Amino acid sequence: MTDQPVDAQRRRFLTGTATVLGGIGAGFTAVPFVASFQPSARAKAIGAPVDVDIGKLEPGQRLIQKWRGKPVWIVRRTPEMLENLKKFEAGVLRDPESDKSIQPGYAKNVWRSEKPEYLVLVGVCTHLGCSPNFVPEPGAPGMGGVWNGGFFCPCHGSKFDLAGRVYMGVPAPMNLEVPPYQFVSDTKLIIGADKEHAA
Amino acid sequence: MNALVRNLTALRDWVDERFPLIQWWDDHLGKYYAPKNFNIWYYFGVLSIVVFAIQIVTGIWLVMNYKPDATMAFASVEYIMRDVDWGWLIRYLHSSGASAFFIVIYLHMFRALLYGSYKKPRELLWILGMLLYLSLMAEAFMGYLLPWGQMSFWGAQVIISLFGAIPVIGDGLSTLIRGDYVVSDITLNRFFSLHVIALPLALVGLVFLHIIALHEVGSNNPDGVEIKKHKDANGKPLDGIPFHPYYTVKDSAGIVVFLMLFSVVVFFAPEMGGYFLEANNFIPADSMKTPEHIAPVWYFTPFYSILRANTVNFLWLDAKVWGVTFMGLGVMVLFLLPWLDRSPVKSIRYRGWLYKIALMIFVISFVILGILGVLPVNDARTAVAQVCTVLYFLFFLLMPIYTKLDKTRPVPDRVTM
Amino acid sequence: MCRLFAALLVGLFAPLVLANTEELKLQNANVDLSNRASLQHGAKLFINYCVSCHSASFMRYNRIAADLGIPEDKMKQNLMFTTDKIGETMTVVMRPEDAQSWFGIAPPDLSVVARSRGPDWLYSFLQGFYADEKRPTGVNNLYFPSTAMPHVLWELQGVKRPVYHTVTDDMGKEVQAIAHLEDGVPGRLSEAEFKMAVRDLVNFLVYLGEPAKLVRYKIGVAVLLFLSLLWVVMYLLKREYWKDVH
Repeated sequence: MTDQPVDAQRRRFLTGTATVLGGIGAGFTAVPFVASFQPSARAKAIGAPVDVDIGKLEPGQRLIQKWRGKPVWIVRRTPEMLENLKKFEAGVLRDPESDKSIQPGYAKNVWRSEKPEYLVLVGVCTHLGCSPNFVPEPGAPGMGGVWNGGFFCPCHGSKFDLAGRVYMGVPAPMNLEVPPYQFVSDTKLIIGADKEHAA
Repeated sequence: MNALVRNLTALRDWVDERFPLIQWWDDHLGKYYAPKNFNIWYYFGVLSIVVFAIQIVTGIWLVMNYKPDATMAFASVEYIMRDVDWGWLIRYLHSSGASAFFIVIYLHMFRALLYGSYKKPRELLWILGMLLYLSLMAEAFMGYLLPWGQMSFWGAQVIISLFGAIPVIGDGLSTLIRGDYVVSDITLNRFFSLHVIALPLALVGLVFLHIIALHEVGSNNPDGVEIKKHKDANGKPLDGIPFHPYYTVKDSAGIVVFLMLFSVVVFFAPEMGGYFLEANNFIPADSMKTPEHIAPVWYFTPFYSILRANTVNFLWLDAKVWGVTFMGLGVMVLFLLPWLDRSPVKSIRYRGWLYKIALMIFVISFVILGILGVLPVNDARTAVAQVCTVLYFLFFLLMPIYTKLDKTRPVPDRVTM
Repeated sequence: MCRLFAALLVGLFAPLVLANTEELKLQNANVDLSNRASLQHGAKLFINYCVSCHSASFMRYNRIAADLGIPEDKMKQNLMFTTDKIGETMTVVMRPEDAQSWFGIAPPDLSVVARSRGPDWLYSFLQGFYADEKRPTGVNNLYFPSTAMPHVLWELQGVKRPVYHTVTDDMGKEVQAIAHLEDGVPGRLSEAEFKMAVRDLVNFLVYLGEPAKLVRYKIGVAVLLFLSLLWVVMYLLKREYWKDVH
């Protein structure tokens, strides 16, 4: 069939170039298909920052607000509760300084909040996504030795204190997440946006 | 690098010991010998596979955001066009792909008419191809309802009403197809199911059978010569070349050309002047108000013209029944092609002027019927459509006679380049 | 013979528009999607004059802000009256039941009106209003006779009066038809200014019909350039291998 000598090098080069270019093309083609999996404009609109009125929240009470389909807790902590947060001995909490946990810069402190009085947390366990229960009373029955009040996850038994910090010896790896938030006034809070994170 | 190649080779061998991998590769690519004289007409087979792949992938992605519900369907399409990142591109690829599919398929079928590719021993190949064509028509028709615009709705309404023309069972059949007294949410839901599951499955199966049948008998070629007649000492056809690498590289270049043309439509003219996406289909379906002028999508219009051309009551049946009958026959008569053609030669290159003229008249009437199908009727147009309908059918009915009478030229022993 | 055939072809295949020469010719809207100032002006007109009755329920305010380069706070202050959520779609102030009783028909959603009607029709329609005391709205329209829509832009355009002339219809009867419109009550804008304003509005409607149009062409050019390059390589590869085939 052939009488000319085959230029094998040229063939290899052209085959290689075609393969690389075709691969690049396939890569570019994949972009729209993968990108279309991103939250759509509607999902983003539904997940937009929400306003919460905290004017009627009494000390010691918790309020639940839906944000991006997840429960967000706003707890108005009493001075006693705030005092208890400092009482933990070393080795009781897994990440007491919140070094390995998710929170905005203004909430990386012992209260894990901008204003000590108000705690704002995403109410989803960092273990496998259940929503923990609110157990504010210190020494509540069934909560084991050290219990200064906090949150208990019924799915796999993870425990968190009243700043959302996780206890040692439970499955959850991290403290509960603090979402971005901002006080618009003394009684009004926006969840989902702050000076660091635009809406 | 060498270690990688060695490992991949080992993996291939491991699989091949448990699965006929190399055998399949050889049978269908590496040692499948195709005639070396394919011309431009031989791109459209592989191109239809390319378009089919585009439709499947974009279709899967569209279903992720589309809602098959009469109250939400129209809005969900606009949701895809606006709110979903890149949704507009995925939707335009699919809507333009539908028309591209028919363009490619019509050219592929015309190739068969040019070179007698349906003739013995490829009758079954042709029949499988015709079944593909029928399934594709059903697929396109059902898909067209899904955007739930005015054209979707009234197009479906009219086409389903065609079945009402069948004597005795017609009305019941139309109602059965719709699942309601008019096209409704119920119809939309079942068409969605058929469009995304049943017909694609049928199409995949038929494509598979079509290719198996092709590789069994071997490809025809522009000379209509059987390359298997002349083999070398190793049993390889003298006029054949392995599909891979020769036709894989050639087809790749052709596919890129096709993708360029396709991109021009997708990015610069997705409506294609109202022929690929119709203006009235941007109005949500309204069962109380028919648009002023409705016509099917362009790929159905030749047969739609045949339907409208029947305006006289005849024997004991009325015009409507005859319209539907001739429209159905217009498609079905293609199945008989292998047995209507009595010519001793396959390719148009060696046929006489009788077949050439007949084919030319056939193509012209088919195109005119197609153009008439998108225009509103008037007396002159109906008259032309009637003439063209007669010519369309005469091409087939007289075929046994003129192909027999035709003065053919001697066919060479080997292919010409 | 050839000319006869050509005439026959034209007669047969002339599109619908030519078939009805009686119909008014549409004015060319000449919209330009690359003109951002025009789109922004159109958005302002649309929100001030249209969305009190018509919704554009597939379009979100923040998309308009992003696409037309309007800062979100400005958008909220000047262009959002039905909601304070920037991610919301453009819903309507009027309740559908009220619309039904006031106009006899609910005003259609305008999200894709530019795709169903076409820019030229919209451009002509918006300029086609004239005084007609037989209509409940006091106006009629050259391009959409007996439209239920009132002349919303009248304070800009003023109100035009029809001038009639006598024509012979298909049946050979003499009838009165509108020859053209003349100035009646003057509006705030001159004829030319009003045309520009309507053009901007229609430009915005075209954008509203398909926001992706702003990027579609650019991506298309890039895709075609890439495919051209790919084709060159594929063609060279094909030619190299096909040297074997004789």
